[in-house]
Amino acid sequence: MMTIESRTERLIAVREFVSTLAREFGFGDEDISKIALAVDEACTNVIKHAYRHDPSQRLTITVRPGNDALEIVIVDNGLQFNPNDLQTPDMKEYLSHFKKGGLGVYLMKRLMDEVEYNIRPGMKNEVRLVKYLKRSPT
Amino acid sequence: MPNQSYPLTEEVMSDFKVLHRDSGRVSILELKGYLDAHTAPKLEDAIQSLIAAKRYHIVVNCKDLSYISSAGLGVFMAFIEDVRNNKGDIKLSNMSPKVYNVFDLLGFPLLYDIAKDESEAIKKFVQMAK
Repeated sequence: MMTIESRTERLIAVREFVSTLAREFGFGDEDISKIALAVDEACTNVIKHAYRHDPSQRLTITVRPGNDALEIVIVDNGLQFNPNDLQTPDMKEYLSHFKKGGLGVYLMKRLMDEVEYNIRPGMKNEVRLVKYLKRSPT
Repeated sequence: MPNQSYPLTEEVMSDFKVLHRDSGRVSILELKGYLDAHTAPKLEDAIQSLIAAKRYHIVVNCKDLSYISSAGLGVFMAFIEDVRNNKGDIKLSNMSPKVYNVFDLLGFPLLYDIAKDESEAIKKFVQMAK
């Protein structure tokens, strides 16, 4: 588990932390990059939207190795935000209007096998990311 | 390509750099390191300065870009319309497969001109002017 203050400077350390554990778990370079990026996006959303860049706040990143999957849970105690507000259901429409922001949630869903939000206003917000280890057939 | 460019400014952060040089009407931004929510404002400032100077022919060379998150992609989204409305473009070049993959996941290759290398990107601007 890693706890960081709510500052974007810390994202690089989060990526290194998650990458190291993903490598130990057995993922290859491509999946490690995907996992690190997805966790970066989740933490960036917390820092920007839940904590609104308040560096006195903290968020935790917990990595749980399972049998065939790695689960990463990002927890904050910040403002609730509706992840659906950040969703971009139609990328064609989105790109044609040159909008900025909101790409993170879309990316997380493309990069990971499971993305799940557990929002409890005033208590804690949780994002759960799961990536399965694809074993090559023998 | 002959060495007709020269360094103008260098913006240094611990893990991300934007190097700016000009080649005729084309401005080249060379990105080095990690482009995330922390470092994206550096790129934002660099493109903003070019727009303020009415330099709308922009090549972003990604040769030494090791990482990009959506915060970095958002910077290109923020300026592309303005630049194209002024008959310019932001062309990208020298992307590693890892960085290209992130652009690809979001469908950006449909929207942005991604060249193999910097000279090809510059050539496209020259052809545009003809």
